[in-house]
Amino acid sequence: MLATLKKNRWSYLAVAAFLLLLVLLPTQLLAEKTSILILIGIYSMVTVGLCLLMGYTGQVSLGHAAFFGTGAYLSAILSTRYDLNPWLAMLVAAIATGIFAYLISYPIFKLRGNYLAMATLGLGIIIWILFRELSQYTGGPDGLSGIPNFSIGGFVFDEKLERYFLVWLFCVGALLIAQNVVGSRAGRALKGIHGSEAAAESVGINAAQFKMKIFVLGAVYASLAGSLYAHHAHAIGPNAFDFMASVMVVTMAAVGGLASIWGAVFGAATITYISQDAIVELGRSYPKLAELDVVIYGLILMLVMIFLPKGLFVSLRDALDTWRRRRAQRGAAT
Amino acid sequence: MRKWLCLLLAMFILAAAIPLAGCGESKSEEPYKIGALFAVTGGNAPLGEPEEQTVKMMEDEINENGGINGHPVDVIVYNYESDAVKCATYAEKLITEDKVVAIIGPTGTGDSLAIVDACRDAEIPLISCAAGVSIVTPTETNDKHWIFTTPQLSVMVVQRLYEYLGDQGITKIALLTDTLGFGKDGKANLNGQAAAYGITITADQTYGATDADMLTQITLIKNSSPQAIVCWGTSPGPAIVARNMTTLSMTDIPLFGSHGIAFQSFITAAGASANGVIFPCGKLPIVNDLPDSDPQKDLLTEYRDAFNAKYGNGTANTFGGHAYDALSIVVAALKNAVEETPEKINSSDDTLQTVRGKIRDYVETKVNSTGFPETGGFPGTAGVFNMSAENHNGLAMSCLVMVKIVDGKWTLVVE
Amino acid sequence: MTTEVFLQSLVSGLTQGCIYALIGLGFTIIFSVTGIINFAQGEFVMLGGMLSYFLAKSAGLSIFPALIVSIIIAMLIGAVLYLMAIRTARKASVVSLIIITIGAAIFIRGIAGELWGADPVAPPYFTGDGSISVLGASIQFQALWIVGVTLAVSIVLHLFFSYTMIGKALKASAMNRTAAGLVGVNTRTMSLVAFTLAAALGALGGVVIAPLSLTSYNVGAMLGLKGFVASSIGGFRSHIVTILGGIALGIAESLTIALNWGPFTSAYKEAIALVVLLLILLMRSRKLSQEERES
Repeated sequence: MLATLKKNRWSYLAVAAFLLLLVLLPTQLLAEKTSILILIGIYSMVTVGLCLLMGYTGQVSLGHAAFFGTGAYLSAILSTRYDLNPWLAMLVAAIATGIFAYLISYPIFKLRGNYLAMATLGLGIIIWILFRELSQYTGGPDGLSGIPNFSIGGFVFDEKLERYFLVWLFCVGALLIAQNVVGSRAGRALKGIHGSEAAAESVGINAAQFKMKIFVLGAVYASLAGSLYAHHAHAIGPNAFDFMASVMVVTMAAVGGLASIWGAVFGAATITYISQDAIVELGRSYPKLAELDVVIYGLILMLVMIFLPKGLFVSLRDALDTWRRRRAQRGAAT
Repeated sequence: MRKWLCLLLAMFILAAAIPLAGCGESKSEEPYKIGALFAVTGGNAPLGEPEEQTVKMMEDEINENGGINGHPVDVIVYNYESDAVKCATYAEKLITEDKVVAIIGPTGTGDSLAIVDACRDAEIPLISCAAGVSIVTPTETNDKHWIFTTPQLSVMVVQRLYEYLGDQGITKIALLTDTLGFGKDGKANLNGQAAAYGITITADQTYGATDADMLTQITLIKNSSPQAIVCWGTSPGPAIVARNMTTLSMTDIPLFGSHGIAFQSFITAAGASANGVIFPCGKLPIVNDLPDSDPQKDLLTEYRDAFNAKYGNGTANTFGGHAYDALSIVVAALKNAVEETPEKINSSDDTLQTVRGKIRDYVETKVNSTGFPETGGFPGTAGVFNMSAENHNGLAMSCLVMVKIVDGKWTLVVE
Repeated sequence: MTTEVFLQSLVSGLTQGCIYALIGLGFTIIFSVTGIINFAQGEFVMLGGMLSYFLAKSAGLSIFPALIVSIIIAMLIGAVLYLMAIRTARKASVVSLIIITIGAAIFIRGIAGELWGADPVAPPYFTGDGSISVLGASIQFQALWIVGVTLAVSIVLHLFFSYTMIGKALKASAMNRTAAGLVGVNTRTMSLVAFTLAAALGALGGVVIAPLSLTSYNVGAMLGLKGFVASSIGGFRSHIVTILGGIALGIAESLTIALNWGPFTSAYKEAIALVVLLLILLMRSRKLSQEERES
């Protein structure tokens, strides 16, 4: 990431501004919305993995929420039933999810396009059924509650603000690592060729291996996010990880822009804000609208993909680039 | 060009969906603010929708009749769409942004469990409309000091059914439950309580929400020779089960349902097969059969008539009643235990906290025969409430009756 | 498992399976002609059932006119979906198209929920609620209708594809889009026809099963998925294998219940379809990815 930073001093400023915003938001600007900000951080982590997958391999996963769920459930079960330290639980969950993702990536990536999508869909739903049915461990449809907070030594993360910084610490870390992966040789090559494995292989990139790496990374991110969520909400249920949850993550990625890391944050922020806050605010003044939010959701999905297939964020960024270029050209012409 | 036209058209259609009504009524006086969380859409909609409708109806009625101690009331309802994540977010909104004095709802057990910790931390009373016993059972992490719930607990409904079966000499039953939360909870309770009531379960089958028929399951059940079949689930499953039993000519084996079929839609969907089905339920469906001395009769009749008048004939149901009870309890607390004016509450966080505490204390200590001696407790639609420090549900088994469907109508089974 | 249970589960499985077959045909037709997986296919099934109920109830139409009008309305919606959403997003990537049809499915489901509420409803049986008993198993009249309709549809489709101009053009587009275009087939019109036809099939399935299983605004998702599995068994190409696959799936689900084996309750029955799906996809993966590369 530092390599990309040196290119453009605007990037330095942008990142600094972002970090400043992160600090100011929960403390000064939007203190009452800290919970939503925490959710945005969590969903950003989930979305980034999907963005990488979708953007760099051109494949879509319709079951990504399942990894989010395995992280949450494993973390919850280990820390409640087996009294494991939450940090350890989170680590175990992430490793388990990573291994699982690695194992299924072999058969899954033999598929492409629609078929891959359907395979991930099927897998996601099977895992959701397991969450719902293995009541002995997962608490069934009512889920698990009484999940403990994270703590370091004597310091317990029982205040929202504390959890906010914890979540965003992880999130920013995840984003930086993702930047690294993207900036690597394989990543840059693959982006240019956009998933054409034959072409990538001809320049010496092991595309298949890269795809699996991204898939596993995305799964681990989702798992970590799931654990963070479990120890923040203190209660989880299977419905937060169903097909619609996977669709929501895909929407975030689509809105943000596939293959864009910061777009993932943008997408997560937009969709989380709309579904958790805006709808309800609007609903107070226009009750009919709140009932229609599912409809609006579907509409957003369709409209964004029809008119802005690169995603809102990326399209905005491209538009900005085009505008700057045109200005420069006009400047040069005069 | 065409693309942008389509986009504009779509946005226009969207905008047209927004009614031109103004932004919320401006109240001349500051109101008491009560929060409500209901699943008006999504999986729990059949339960959450009548809850929301009930609360709206009650709010209008209270305000038309002078409010609470002369102050208007504003019930802030958030539809969390059967989504536990939204439920938690909206709960927090009610607590910190809207600064309500109490929260009623949510509709589902899992969703309630998702917010009990938040309510404990914020020290705000929660009067849930969900029937899971775990909601009010103290645990290591949460002693449920602030949590109450108004429906008859699902385990108690099962016990009531088993009591009736025992009286009828039925000891061998087969279970047929659905795979969603309501059915699974029923299955767990039916299995768990069987031994204590001397019930043997000869078959334990399940069905899915989109199944076209349960003929296979029922055939398996028939072969296990039960004396009766107990079907636990919400629409459409039980209606299909009833019809399938008719198809398989199983007229000699009675079918028992759960309170989940206490809707007119069950009778409509099952048609003639609904006749003879018996289920445990609160008193609302058979209020006409109650003696005039019953402390709930007037209340139930009024509620049913008002609801039907406003929302359509035959739509009043026991689930809306749970919201009625929850709101009534909070209103009673405000009326009898809170002298602070809304202006004071809305302007001072300390006052808000004090009032939340007062409401909680009132519910625990006065929503019972001490506070309401003439009726032996606080009368509601689900029953007569006797809350105490150990019992944050306050309902006894006697609040449940057995209802039988005869000629397409609900009738009280006299025991 | 007694014979009675076995036979009954065959009957139930056949009934349910025919619905999967009809839905699966819709997926197959759209996919073979356009290469798109229509995630909104299940919603047409829902629309068929819901529309037939409300037309029969509020517009007072009798059963058969209500069916026909429901199917026509569903076909119109299918056409609109294709024209406004799919055709507008020209040259969209696979990812985009998948998301668009998912969005459409959610949109349709949301509108249905708004218009008709959450309560499940049952349209009237075609010829009453009676049943016949064959070797100890009960077959409801409606179930006979379902099997009969599926049989009729299979025959009609076969004739359509083999002997009519449009049918042959559609078949040609399915086999090789480019070649079909070269011999003068308007492939864009064919795509429209494919969507409309698939919508009709889905709605027909919905219309014929709703009296039995009741229907509500959110049945589309699961049914669509099961239909998709049927389509995948047919390799997204062969109609006859799709139909047989759907029926096989229905019977497999039913037999799981009949087996009555301890921990695997009906709850896991839903998982059966998905496991079958995964197995099929994995077994066919090499062949499928080859096709994907070629297209």
